[in-house]
Amino acid sequence: MSNEKKPVIVDDMAIKLKREVPNWVITLSSVVLVLLLWEYFGRNVNPIFGSHPVAIGIAFWKMVKSGLLLKALAQSLQAFIVGYGLSVIVGIPLGLLIGRSRVLEASIGVFVTAAYAMPLVALVPLLVLWFGLGFTVKAAVVFLMAVFPIVINTWLGVRGVPKTLIEVGKSLVAPPHVVMMRIVLPATLPYIMAGTKLAVGRAVVAMVIAEFFTAISGLGSIIINAANSFDTAAMFVPVIVIMILATGLNSFVGWIERRVAPWHTEMSGRSES
Amino acid sequence: MGQVSLKDVSKSFALRIENKTQIVHALKSVSFDVAESEIVVLIGPSGCGKTTALRILMGLETASRGKVTIDGREIKGCGYDRGLVFQHAELLPWLSAVKNVMFGLEMKGMRGPELKETAMRYLDLVGLKDAADRRPYQLSGGMKQRVGIARALAIDPEVLLMDEPFGALDAQTRENLQAELLDIQKRTGKSIVFVTHDLDEAVLLADRIVVMRSGYVQEIIDVPLRKLGLDMATARATPTFGQIRLKVWEALHNQPTSSHAH
Ligand SMILES: Nc1ncnc2c1ncn2[C@@H]1O[C@H](COP(=O)(O)OP(=O)(O)OP(=O)(O)O)[C@@H](O)[C@H]1O
Ligand SMILES: [Mg+2]
Repeated sequence: MSNEKKPVIVDDMAIKLKREVPNWVITLSSVVLVLLLWEYFGRNVNPIFGSHPVAIGIAFWKMVKSGLLLKALAQSLQAFIVGYGLSVIVGIPLGLLIGRSRVLEASIGVFVTAAYAMPLVALVPLLVLWFGLGFTVKAAVVFLMAVFPIVINTWLGVRGVPKTLIEVGKSLVAPPHVVMMRIVLPATLPYIMAGTKLAVGRAVVAMVIAEFFTAISGLGSIIINAANSFDTAAMFVPVIVIMILATGLNSFVGWIERRVAPWHTEMSGRSES
Repeated sequence: MGQVSLKDVSKSFALRIENKTQIVHALKSVSFDVAESEIVVLIGPSGCGKTTALRILMGLETASRGKVTIDGREIKGCGYDRGLVFQHAELLPWLSAVKNVMFGLEMKGMRGPELKETAMRYLDLVGLKDAADRRPYQLSGGMKQRVGIARALAIDPEVLLMDEPFGALDAQTRENLQAELLDIQKRTGKSIVFVTHDLDEAVLLADRIVVMRSGYVQEIIDVPLRKLGLDMATARATPTFGQIRLKVWEALHNQPTSSHAH
Protein backbone atom coordinates (compact mmCIF):
# COMPACT_ATOMS: atom_id res chain seq x y z
CA MET A 1 0.00 0.00 0.00
CA SER A 2 2.89 2.34 0.70
CA ASN A 3 3.95 4.97 -1.71
CA GLU A 4 7.44 3.78 -2.54
CA LYS A 5 6.36 0.24 -3.30
CA LYS A 6 4.05 1.17 -6.14
CA PRO A 7 6.57 1.07 -8.99
CA VAL A 8 7.62 -2.40 -7.90
CA ILE A 9 4.03 -3.59 -8.19
CA VAL A 10 3.73 -2.09 -11.65
CA ASP A 11 6.90 -3.91 -12.72
CA ASP A 12 5.50 -7.16 -11.40
CA MET A 13 2.44 -6.75 -13.52
CA ALA A 14 4.42 -5.96 -16.64
CA ILE A 15 6.44 -9.13 -16.20
CA LYS A 16 3.31 -11.12 -15.57
CA LEU A 17 1.65 -9.78 -18.71
CA LYS A 18 4.61 -10.75 -20.85
CA ARG A 19 4.76 -14.30 -19.59
CA GLU A 20 1.14 -15.27 -19.34
CA VAL A 21 -1.51 -15.87 -21.98
CA PRO A 22 -4.19 -13.17 -21.58
CA ASN A 23 -7.42 -14.27 -19.94
CA TRP A 24 -9.59 -13.47 -22.94
CA VAL A 25 -7.55 -15.78 -25.17
CA ILE A 26 -8.12 -18.63 -22.73
CA THR A 27 -11.84 -17.85 -22.49
CA LEU A 28 -12.22 -17.59 -26.26
CA SER A 29 -10.37 -20.86 -26.92
CA SER A 30 -12.50 -22.61 -24.36
CA VAL A 31 -15.71 -21.31 -25.96
CA VAL A 32 -14.56 -22.35 -29.43
CA LEU A 33 -13.61 -25.81 -28.17
CA VAL A 34 -17.01 -26.34 -26.55
CA LEU A 35 -18.79 -25.18 -29.73
CA LEU A 36 -16.72 -27.57 -31.85
CA LEU A 37 -17.47 -30.50 -29.54
CA TRP A 38 -21.14 -29.58 -29.50
CA GLU A 39 -21.18 -29.40 -33.31
CA TYR A 40 -19.42 -32.79 -33.61
CA PHE A 41 -21.68 -34.68 -31.24
CA GLY A 42 -24.83 -32.63 -31.89
CA ARG A 43 -24.99 -33.53 -35.56
CA ASN A 44 -25.65 -37.19 -34.74
CA VAL A 45 -28.62 -36.40 -32.50
CA ASN A 46 -32.22 -36.45 -33.65
CA PRO A 47 -33.06 -32.73 -34.32
CA ILE A 48 -36.09 -33.00 -32.01
CA PHE A 49 -34.00 -34.01 -28.98
CA GLY A 50 -31.12 -31.66 -29.55
CA SER A 51 -29.42 -29.33 -31.92
CA HIS A 52 -26.00 -28.10 -32.96
CA PRO A 53 -24.41 -24.69 -33.50
CA VAL A 54 -24.71 -24.59 -37.30
CA ALA A 55 -28.44 -25.43 -37.23
CA ILE A 56 -28.96 -22.84 -34.52
CA GLY A 57 -27.01 -20.33 -36.58
CA ILE A 58 -29.27 -20.93 -39.56
CA ALA A 59 -32.39 -20.63 -37.41
CA PHE A 60 -30.94 -17.46 -35.93
CA TRP A 61 -30.39 -15.92 -39.35
CA LYS A 62 -33.90 -16.81 -40.44
CA MET A 63 -35.37 -15.20 -37.37
CA VAL A 64 -33.30 -12.05 -37.80
CA LYS A 65 -34.31 -11.77 -41.46
CA SER A 66 -38.01 -12.14 -40.70
CA GLY A 67 -37.70 -9.48 -38.00
CA LEU A 68 -39.19 -11.87 -35.46
CA LEU A 69 -36.16 -11.96 -33.22
CA LEU A 70 -35.65 -8.21 -32.99
CA LYS A 71 -39.32 -7.61 -32.32
CA ALA A 72 -39.40 -10.23 -29.58
CA LEU A 73 -36.19 -8.87 -28.08
CA ALA A 74 -37.65 -5.38 -27.98
CA GLN A 75 -40.84 -6.64 -26.34
CA SER A 76 -38.90 -8.55 -23.72
CA LEU A 77 -36.50 -5.72 -23.03
CA GLN A 78 -39.32 -3.22 -22.56
CA ALA A 79 -40.93 -5.33 -19.87
CA PHE A 80 -37.54 -6.03 -18.35
CA ILE A 81 -36.47 -2.39 -18.20
CA VAL A 82 -39.75 -1.16 -16.71
CA GLY A 83 -40.00 -3.96 -14.14
CA TYR A 84 -36.33 -3.89 -13.19
CA GLY A 85 -36.17 -0.11 -13.15
CA LEU A 86 -39.16 0.07 -10.82
CA SER A 87 -37.63 -2.53 -8.52
CA VAL A 88 -34.47 -0.42 -8.21
CA ILE A 89 -36.43 2.79 -7.64
CA VAL A 90 -38.66 1.18 -5.01
CA GLY A 91 -36.23 -1.35 -3.53
CA ILE A 92 -33.30 0.87 -2.57
CA PRO A 93 -35.24 3.54 -0.61
CA LEU A 94 -37.38 0.86 1.03
CA GLY A 95 -34.30 -1.08 2.10
CA LEU A 96 -32.66 2.08 3.45
CA LEU A 97 -35.75 2.95 5.49
CA ILE A 98 -36.23 -0.56 6.88
CA GLY A 99 -32.55 -0.72 7.85
CA ARG A 100 -32.64 2.59 9.69
CA SER A 101 -35.95 2.26 11.50
CA ARG A 102 -36.55 -0.29 14.22
CA VAL A 103 -40.33 0.06 13.82
CA LEU A 104 -40.30 -0.42 10.05
CA GLU A 105 -37.89 -3.34 10.39
CA ALA A 106 -40.14 -5.08 12.88
CA SER A 107 -43.34 -4.36 10.95
CA ILE A 108 -42.35 -4.68 7.27
CA GLY A 109 -39.16 -6.75 7.45
CA VAL A 110 -41.00 -10.01 8.03
CA PHE A 111 -43.08 -9.54 4.86
CA VAL A 112 -40.04 -8.73 2.77
CA THR A 113 -38.23 -11.84 3.96
CA ALA A 114 -41.30 -13.99 3.35
CA ALA A 115 -41.91 -12.48 -0.08
CA TYR A 116 -38.29 -13.16 -1.06
CA ALA A 117 -38.75 -16.83 -0.31
CA MET A 118 -42.16 -16.99 -2.01
CA PRO A 119 -42.40 -19.27 -5.08
CA LEU A 120 -43.42 -16.50 -7.44
CA VAL A 121 -43.91 -18.88 -10.39
CA ALA A 122 -46.96 -20.27 -8.62
CA LEU A 123 -48.49 -16.83 -8.55
CA VAL A 124 -48.02 -15.99 -12.21
CA PRO A 125 -51.43 -17.44 -13.30
CA LEU A 126 -53.07 -15.23 -10.67
CA LEU A 127 -51.13 -12.20 -11.88
CA VAL A 128 -52.28 -12.99 -15.42
CA LEU A 129 -55.86 -12.85 -14.16
CA TRP A 130 -55.19 -9.45 -12.65
CA PHE A 131 -53.09 -7.83 -15.36
CA GLY A 132 -54.08 -9.71 -18.53
CA LEU A 133 -51.64 -11.26 -21.00
CA GLY A 134 -49.83 -8.16 -22.15
CA PHE A 135 -46.92 -6.00 -21.17
CA THR A 136 -48.17 -5.19 -17.65
CA VAL A 137 -48.09 -8.70 -16.32
CA LYS A 138 -44.53 -9.22 -17.58
CA ALA A 139 -43.32 -6.00 -15.97
CA ALA A 140 -45.13 -6.96 -12.76
CA VAL A 141 -43.52 -10.40 -12.59
CA VAL A 142 -40.08 -8.94 -13.30
CA PHE A 143 -40.65 -6.31 -10.62
CA LEU A 144 -41.76 -8.85 -8.01
CA MET A 145 -38.79 -11.13 -8.69
CA ALA A 146 -36.22 -8.32 -8.65
CA VAL A 147 -37.40 -6.01 -5.90
CA PHE A 148 -36.93 -8.27 -2.86
CA PRO A 149 -33.25 -9.13 -3.26
CA ILE A 150 -32.62 -5.40 -3.69
CA VAL A 151 -34.59 -4.51 -0.56
CA ILE A 152 -32.98 -7.26 1.50
CA ASN A 153 -29.43 -6.49 0.42
CA THR A 154 -29.87 -2.77 1.01
CA TRP A 155 -31.43 -3.45 4.38
CA LEU A 156 -28.63 -5.80 5.47
CA GLY A 157 -26.09 -3.31 4.16
CA VAL A 158 -27.56 -0.54 6.29
CA ARG A 159 -27.48 -2.84 9.30
CA GLY A 160 -23.77 -3.37 8.66
CA VAL A 161 -22.82 0.30 8.53
CA PRO A 162 -20.37 0.83 11.41
CA LYS A 163 -21.93 2.80 14.25
CA THR A 164 -18.84 4.97 14.40
CA LEU A 165 -19.40 6.32 10.87
CA ILE A 166 -22.87 7.43 11.85
CA GLU A 167 -21.36 9.01 14.95
CA VAL A 168 -19.06 11.04 12.71
CA GLY A 169 -22.19 12.56 11.20
CA LYS A 170 -23.81 13.00 14.60
CA SER A 171 -20.75 14.68 16.05
CA LEU A 172 -20.89 17.13 13.14
CA VAL A 173 -24.57 17.76 13.93
CA ALA A 174 -25.79 16.36 10.61
CA PRO A 175 -29.60 16.03 10.50
CA PRO A 176 -31.02 12.50 9.95
CA HIS A 177 -31.68 12.92 6.22
CA VAL A 178 -28.10 14.11 5.68
CA VAL A 179 -26.77 11.15 7.67
CA MET A 180 -28.92 8.93 5.45
CA MET A 181 -27.85 10.43 2.12
CA ARG A 182 -24.22 11.27 2.85
CA ILE A 183 -23.18 8.46 5.19
CA VAL A 184 -25.60 5.51 5.22
CA LEU A 185 -26.21 5.46 1.46
CA PRO A 186 -22.56 5.55 0.34
CA ALA A 187 -21.56 3.08 3.07
CA THR A 188 -24.30 0.73 1.83
CA LEU A 189 -23.57 1.10 -1.90
CA PRO A 190 -21.50 -2.09 -2.23
CA TYR A 191 -24.41 -4.09 -0.77
CA ILE A 192 -26.90 -2.28 -2.95
CA MET A 193 -24.85 -3.11 -6.02
CA ALA A 194 -24.65 -6.76 -4.95
CA GLY A 195 -28.44 -6.75 -4.63
CA THR A 196 -29.05 -5.15 -8.01
CA LYS A 197 -26.65 -7.65 -9.59
CA LEU A 198 -28.46 -10.57 -8.00
CA ALA A 199 -31.72 -9.04 -9.16
CA VAL A 200 -30.58 -8.97 -12.81
CA GLY A 201 -30.44 -12.76 -12.94
CA ARG A 202 -33.77 -13.14 -11.22
CA ALA A 203 -35.39 -10.51 -13.43
CA VAL A 204 -34.26 -12.28 -16.60
CA VAL A 205 -35.69 -15.56 -15.34
CA ALA A 206 -38.89 -13.76 -14.37
CA MET A 207 -39.19 -12.25 -17.83
CA VAL A 208 -38.93 -15.63 -19.53
CA ILE A 209 -41.34 -17.30 -17.10
CA ALA A 210 -43.93 -14.59 -17.63
CA GLU A 211 -43.62 -15.02 -21.37
CA PHE A 212 -44.01 -18.78 -21.05
CA PHE A 213 -47.34 -18.25 -19.37
CA THR A 214 -48.61 -15.56 -21.68
CA ALA A 215 -46.95 -17.08 -24.80
CA ILE A 216 -47.91 -14.09 -26.90
CA SER A 217 -44.86 -11.91 -27.17
CA GLY A 218 -41.19 -11.72 -26.40
CA LEU A 219 -38.28 -14.16 -26.43
CA GLY A 220 -40.01 -16.52 -24.01
CA SER A 221 -42.93 -16.99 -26.38
CA ILE A 222 -40.54 -17.94 -29.20
CA ILE A 223 -39.06 -20.59 -26.92
CA ILE A 224 -42.43 -22.01 -25.94
CA ASN A 225 -43.84 -21.90 -29.49
CA ALA A 226 -40.73 -23.48 -31.01
CA ALA A 227 -40.75 -26.16 -28.34
CA ASN A 228 -44.42 -26.88 -29.01
CA SER A 229 -43.68 -27.40 -32.71
CA PHE A 230 -40.54 -29.50 -31.93
CA ASP A 231 -38.28 -26.97 -33.67
CA THR A 232 -35.38 -27.43 -31.25
CA ALA A 233 -32.87 -25.35 -33.20
CA ALA A 234 -35.24 -22.37 -33.21
CA MET A 235 -35.83 -22.88 -29.51
CA PHE A 236 -32.13 -22.50 -28.79
CA VAL A 237 -31.92 -19.12 -30.52
CA PRO A 238 -33.75 -17.05 -27.86
CA VAL A 239 -32.17 -19.16 -25.11
CA ILE A 240 -28.74 -18.13 -26.30
CA VAL A 241 -29.82 -14.52 -26.86
CA ILE A 242 -31.09 -14.43 -23.26
CA MET A 243 -27.84 -15.89 -21.97
CA ILE A 244 -25.83 -13.25 -23.78
CA LEU A 245 -28.26 -10.56 -22.63
CA ALA A 246 -28.00 -11.60 -18.98
CA THR A 247 -24.21 -11.75 -19.13
CA GLY A 248 -24.11 -8.32 -20.73
CA LEU A 249 -26.49 -6.83 -18.15
CA ASN A 250 -24.40 -8.33 -15.37
CA SER A 251 -21.19 -6.80 -16.58
CA PHE A 252 -23.04 -3.52 -17.11
CA VAL A 253 -24.11 -3.49 -13.46
CA GLY A 254 -20.58 -4.48 -12.47
CA TRP A 255 -19.26 -1.55 -14.50
CA ILE A 256 -21.65 0.81 -12.71
CA GLU A 257 -20.48 -0.67 -9.40
CA ARG A 258 -16.86 0.12 -10.16
CA ARG A 259 -17.89 3.67 -11.07
CA VAL A 260 -19.99 4.44 -8.00
CA ALA A 261 -18.10 2.44 -5.36
CA PRO A 262 -14.48 2.25 -6.50
CA TRP A 263 -13.16 2.38 -2.93
CA HIS A 264 -14.90 -0.90 -2.25
CA THR A 265 -13.47 -2.84 -5.18
CA GLU A 266 -10.01 -1.59 -4.29
CA MET A 267 -10.36 -2.28 -0.60
CA SER A 268 -11.55 -5.81 -1.19
CA GLY A 269 -8.26 -6.52 -2.96
CA ARG A 270 -9.89 -7.69 -6.17
CA SER A 271 -9.06 -4.71 -8.33
CA GLU A 272 -6.35 -6.54 -10.26
CA SER A 273 -7.91 -9.95 -10.71
CA MET B 1 -16.45 30.46 26.46
CA GLY B 2 -15.43 26.83 26.44
CA GLN B 3 -15.71 26.11 30.14
CA VAL B 4 -16.34 22.44 30.72
CA SER B 5 -17.42 20.83 33.93
CA LEU B 6 -18.14 17.26 34.97
CA LYS B 7 -19.74 16.74 38.37
CA ASP B 8 -20.09 13.27 39.85
CA VAL B 9 -20.50 11.76 36.42
CA SER B 10 -21.08 8.02 36.29
CA LYS B 11 -21.63 5.85 33.28
CA SER B 12 -22.65 2.22 33.21
CA PHE B 13 -23.04 -0.01 30.20
CA ALA B 14 -25.20 -3.10 30.11
CA LEU B 15 -23.31 -5.82 28.30
CA ARG B 16 -25.06 -8.94 27.10
CA ILE B 17 -22.70 -11.88 26.89
CA GLU B 18 -24.25 -15.28 26.20
CA ASN B 19 -27.66 -14.42 27.66
CA LYS B 20 -26.11 -13.01 30.81
CA THR B 21 -26.36 -9.30 31.39
CA GLN B 22 -23.27 -7.76 32.85
CA ILE B 23 -23.00 -4.20 34.07
CA VAL B 24 -19.78 -2.35 33.28
CA HIS B 25 -19.09 0.76 35.30
CA ALA B 26 -16.99 2.77 32.89
CA LEU B 27 -17.07 5.99 34.94
CA LYS B 28 -17.58 6.19 38.70
CA SER B 29 -18.41 9.62 40.02
CA VAL B 30 -15.91 11.50 37.91
CA SER B 31 -15.49 15.23 38.50
CA PHE B 32 -13.12 17.69 36.87
CA ASP B 33 -13.29 21.13 35.33
CA VAL B 34 -11.72 22.64 32.25
CA ALA B 35 -11.39 26.38 32.48
CA GLU B 36 -11.52 28.64 29.46
CA SER B 37 -8.40 28.25 27.27
CA GLU B 38 -7.13 25.43 29.40
CA ILE B 39 -5.63 22.15 28.27
CA VAL B 40 -6.63 19.22 30.44
CA VAL B 41 -4.99 15.87 29.77
CA LEU B 42 -6.67 12.60 30.72
CA ILE B 43 -4.21 9.82 31.36
CA GLY B 44 -4.68 6.33 32.72
CA PRO B 45 -4.45 2.66 31.85
CA SER B 46 -6.39 1.13 28.99
CA GLY B 47 -10.07 0.70 29.76
CA CYS B 48 -10.17 3.25 32.57
CA GLY B 49 -12.90 5.31 30.89
CA LYS B 50 -11.06 8.09 29.03
CA THR B 51 -12.86 7.59 25.73
CA THR B 52 -16.17 7.27 27.56
CA ALA B 53 -15.59 10.63 29.26
CA LEU B 54 -14.83 12.29 25.91
CA ARG B 55 -17.87 10.74 24.25
CA ILE B 56 -20.08 12.06 27.03
CA LEU B 57 -18.56 15.51 26.59
CA MET B 58 -19.17 15.28 22.84
CA GLY B 59 -22.78 14.31 23.42
CA LEU B 60 -22.50 10.90 21.73
CA GLU B 61 -23.20 9.19 25.03
CA THR B 62 -25.32 10.34 27.97
CA ALA B 63 -24.13 10.12 31.55
CA SER B 64 -26.02 7.64 33.74
CA ARG B 65 -25.69 10.02 36.64
CA GLY B 66 -24.15 13.41 37.33
CA LYS B 67 -23.98 16.72 35.55
CA VAL B 68 -22.03 17.71 32.46
CA THR B 69 -22.03 21.35 31.43
CA ILE B 70 -20.40 23.65 28.91
CA ASP B 71 -20.43 27.32 29.84
CA GLY B 72 -23.07 26.44 32.41
CA ARG B 73 -25.42 24.80 29.89
CA GLU B 74 -26.14 21.13 30.32
CA ILE B 75 -24.99 19.10 27.34
CA LYS B 76 -27.79 17.78 25.16
CA GLY B 77 -26.43 16.05 22.10
CA CYS B 78 -23.67 17.21 19.78
CA GLY B 79 -22.84 20.76 18.81
CA TYR B 80 -20.36 22.81 16.79
CA ASP B 81 -19.02 24.27 20.04
CA ARG B 82 -17.23 20.92 20.46
CA GLY B 83 -15.11 18.95 18.04
CA LEU B 84 -14.03 15.34 18.55
CA VAL B 85 -10.92 13.67 17.18
CA PHE B 86 -11.85 10.00 17.29
CA GLN B 87 -9.40 7.48 18.71
CA HIS B 88 -9.41 5.58 15.40
CA ALA B 89 -9.80 8.59 13.06
CA GLU B 90 -13.11 7.32 11.62
CA LEU B 91 -12.78 8.81 8.15
CA LEU B 92 -15.50 8.24 5.58
CA PRO B 93 -13.86 5.62 3.32
CA TRP B 94 -15.48 6.84 0.09
CA LEU B 95 -14.17 10.39 0.44
CA SER B 96 -10.66 11.64 -0.26
CA ALA B 97 -8.68 13.22 2.59
CA VAL B 98 -9.61 16.76 1.59
CA LYS B 99 -13.26 15.83 1.08
CA ASN B 100 -13.33 14.30 4.55
CA VAL B 101 -12.24 17.63 5.98
CA MET B 102 -14.68 19.46 3.70
CA PHE B 103 -17.50 17.22 4.93
CA GLY B 104 -17.26 18.67 8.43
CA LEU B 105 -17.11 22.21 7.13
CA GLU B 106 -20.08 21.62 4.89
CA MET B 107 -22.11 20.25 7.78
CA LYS B 108 -21.32 23.45 9.61
CA GLY B 109 -22.81 25.38 6.69
CA MET B 110 -19.77 26.54 4.74
CA ARG B 111 -20.25 26.71 0.96
CA GLY B 112 -18.40 27.71 -2.18
CA PRO B 113 -14.69 27.94 -2.96
CA GLU B 114 -13.95 28.82 0.66
CA LEU B 115 -14.77 25.21 1.49
CA LYS B 116 -11.86 23.63 -0.33
CA GLU B 117 -9.45 26.42 0.57
CA THR B 118 -10.15 26.03 4.28
CA ALA B 119 -9.89 22.26 4.10
CA MET B 120 -6.56 22.47 2.25
CA ARG B 121 -5.23 24.94 4.81
CA TYR B 122 -5.90 22.52 7.66
CA LEU B 123 -4.51 19.56 5.72
CA ASP B 124 -1.38 21.60 5.14
CA LEU B 125 -1.24 22.30 8.87
CA VAL B 126 -1.04 18.58 9.63
CA GLY B 127 1.43 18.06 6.79
CA LEU B 128 -0.85 16.28 4.36
CA LYS B 129 -1.23 18.73 1.50
CA ASP B 130 0.30 16.26 -0.96
CA ALA B 131 -2.01 13.44 0.07
CA ALA B 132 -5.18 15.53 -0.21
CA ASP B 133 -6.71 13.46 -3.01
CA ARG B 134 -6.00 10.04 -1.56
CA ARG B 135 -8.77 7.95 -0.16
CA PRO B 136 -8.46 6.67 3.44
CA TYR B 137 -7.42 3.15 2.35
CA GLN B 138 -4.48 4.74 0.56
CA LEU B 139 -3.30 6.48 3.75
CA SER B 140 -1.17 5.12 6.59
CA GLY B 141 -2.57 4.93 10.12
CA GLY B 142 -0.81 8.10 11.20
CA MET B 143 -1.93 9.96 8.08
CA LYS B 144 -5.54 8.95 8.73
CA GLN B 145 -5.22 10.18 12.28
CA ARG B 146 -3.94 13.53 11.02
CA VAL B 147 -6.87 13.89 8.60
CA GLY B 148 -9.14 13.30 11.61
CA ILE B 149 -7.31 16.07 13.47
CA ALA B 150 -7.66 18.42 10.50
CA ARG B 151 -11.39 17.67 10.26
CA ALA B 152 -11.94 18.56 13.92
CA LEU B 153 -9.70 21.63 13.82
CA ALA B 154 -11.31 22.95 10.65
CA ILE B 155 -14.75 23.41 12.18
CA ASP B 156 -13.04 25.63 14.75
CA PRO B 157 -14.82 24.46 17.91
CA GLU B 158 -14.47 26.19 21.25
CA VAL B 159 -13.70 22.91 22.95
CA LEU B 160 -11.45 20.38 21.24
CA LEU B 161 -11.86 16.80 22.43
CA MET B 162 -8.89 14.72 21.30
CA ASP B 163 -8.72 10.97 21.88
CA GLU B 164 -5.09 9.84 21.59
CA PRO B 165 -4.68 11.97 18.48
CA PHE B 166 -0.92 11.48 18.19
CA GLY B 167 -0.90 7.83 19.20
CA ALA B 168 -0.07 6.47 15.76
CA LEU B 169 2.63 8.96 14.86
CA ASP B 170 6.42 8.81 14.74
CA ALA B 171 8.31 10.90 17.30
CA GLN B 172 9.23 13.64 14.82
CA THR B 173 5.72 14.19 13.45
CA ARG B 174 4.31 13.89 16.93
CA GLU B 175 6.55 16.70 18.22
CA ASN B 176 5.70 18.93 15.28
CA LEU B 177 2.01 18.45 15.85
CA GLN B 178 2.33 18.98 19.59
CA ALA B 179 3.99 22.33 18.93
CA GLU B 180 1.36 23.11 16.29
CA LEU B 181 -1.44 22.30 18.72
CA LEU B 182 0.03 24.53 21.42
CA ASP B 183 0.38 27.27 18.85
CA ILE B 184 -3.22 26.95 17.69
CA GLN B 185 -4.35 26.92 21.29
CA LYS B 186 -2.43 30.10 22.02
CA ARG B 187 -3.84 31.86 18.95
CA THR B 188 -7.45 30.80 19.33
CA GLY B 189 -7.83 30.32 23.08
CA LYS B 190 -9.58 26.98 22.67
CA SER B 191 -10.14 24.70 25.60
CA ILE B 192 -8.78 21.23 24.97
CA VAL B 193 -9.43 17.87 26.58
CA PHE B 194 -6.64 15.60 25.45
CA VAL B 195 -6.34 11.86 26.03
CA THR B 196 -2.92 10.24 25.90
CA HIS B 197 -0.91 7.30 27.20
CA ASP B 198 2.33 9.21 26.85
CA LEU B 199 3.69 10.72 30.07
CA ASP B 200 5.97 13.26 28.37
CA GLU B 201 3.19 14.42 26.10
CA ALA B 202 0.87 14.84 29.07
CA VAL B 203 3.33 16.97 31.00
CA LEU B 204 4.32 19.09 27.99
CA LEU B 205 0.79 19.91 26.85
CA ALA B 206 -1.27 20.06 30.00
CA ASP B 207 -2.30 22.81 32.34
CA ARG B 208 -3.83 20.07 34.41
CA ILE B 209 -3.49 16.31 34.30
CA VAL B 210 -6.37 14.12 35.38
CA VAL B 211 -5.02 10.71 36.30
CA MET B 212 -7.71 8.08 35.98
CA ARG B 213 -7.91 4.52 37.16
CA SER B 214 -10.64 2.00 36.41
CA GLY B 215 -13.41 4.57 36.13
CA TYR B 216 -12.57 7.09 38.81
CA VAL B 217 -10.26 10.07 39.12
CA GLN B 218 -7.14 9.07 41.02
CA GLU B 219 -5.53 12.47 41.19
CA ILE B 220 -5.57 15.87 39.52
CA ILE B 221 -2.15 17.44 39.06
CA ASP B 222 -1.53 21.08 38.16
CA VAL B 223 1.21 21.69 35.62
CA PRO B 224 2.74 25.17 35.67
CA LEU B 225 5.12 24.42 32.81
CA ARG B 226 3.16 25.76 29.86
CA LYS B 227 2.58 29.12 31.51
CA LEU B 228 6.33 29.73 31.45
CA GLY B 229 6.07 30.09 27.66
CA LEU B 230 9.16 27.98 26.91
CA ASP B 231 9.60 26.05 23.69
CA MET B 232 9.20 22.32 24.12
CA ALA B 233 12.87 21.35 24.06
CA THR B 234 13.68 23.85 26.81
CA ALA B 235 10.59 22.87 28.79
CA ARG B 236 11.72 19.26 28.78
CA ALA B 237 15.06 20.25 30.32
CA THR B 238 13.55 22.11 33.29
CA PRO B 239 13.52 20.49 36.73
CA THR B 240 9.76 21.18 36.90
CA PHE B 241 9.25 18.81 33.97
CA GLY B 242 11.00 16.00 35.79
CA GLN B 243 9.18 16.66 39.04
CA ILE B 244 5.72 16.69 37.45
CA ARG B 245 6.53 13.67 35.36
CA LEU B 246 7.51 11.74 38.47
CA LYS B 247 4.36 12.86 40.25
CA VAL B 248 2.15 11.61 37.41
CA TRP B 249 4.13 8.39 37.21
CA GLU B 250 3.57 7.80 40.91
CA ALA B 251 -0.11 8.56 40.62
CA LEU B 252 -0.34 6.03 37.79
CA HIS B 253 1.55 3.35 39.65
CA ASN B 254 0.35 3.82 43.23
CA GLN B 255 -2.23 1.46 44.50
CA PRO B 256 -5.43 3.28 45.44
CA THR B 257 -4.75 4.86 48.84
CA SER B 258 -6.77 6.77 51.37
CA SER B 259 -6.08 9.92 49.35
CA HIS B 260 -9.39 9.53 47.55
CA ALA B 261 -12.57 9.07 49.48
CA HIS B 262 -14.76 6.54 47.67
N1 LIG C 1 -20.46 0.84 24.21
C1 LIG C 1 -19.97 0.15 25.26
N2 LIG C 1 -20.62 -0.92 25.71
C2 LIG C 1 -20.14 -1.62 26.76
N3 LIG C 1 -19.03 -1.33 27.42
C3 LIG C 1 -18.32 -0.27 27.01
C4 LIG C 1 -18.75 0.53 25.91
N4 LIG C 1 -17.85 1.51 25.73
C5 LIG C 1 -16.90 1.34 26.68
N5 LIG C 1 -17.18 0.27 27.46
C6 LIG C 1 -16.39 -0.22 28.61
O1 LIG C 1 -16.10 0.89 29.42
C7 LIG C 1 -14.76 0.82 29.91
C8 LIG C 1 -14.02 2.09 29.54
O2 LIG C 1 -13.82 2.13 28.15
P1 LIG C 1 -13.09 3.33 27.42
O3 LIG C 1 -13.21 3.11 25.97
O4 LIG C 1 -13.64 4.61 27.94
O5 LIG C 1 -11.60 3.14 27.90
P2 LIG C 1 -10.31 4.00 27.55
O6 LIG C 1 -9.82 4.58 28.82
O7 LIG C 1 -10.58 4.94 26.45
O8 LIG C 1 -9.29 2.87 27.10
P3 LIG C 1 -8.15 2.93 25.96
O9 LIG C 1 -6.99 3.65 26.55
O10 LIG C 1 -7.84 1.49 25.73
O11 LIG C 1 -8.72 3.62 24.77
C9 LIG C 1 -14.18 -0.45 29.35
O12 LIG C 1 -14.26 -1.45 30.33
C10 LIG C 1 -15.08 -0.81 28.19
O13 LIG C 1 -15.16 -2.20 28.04
MG1 LIG D 1 -9.97 5.09 24.50
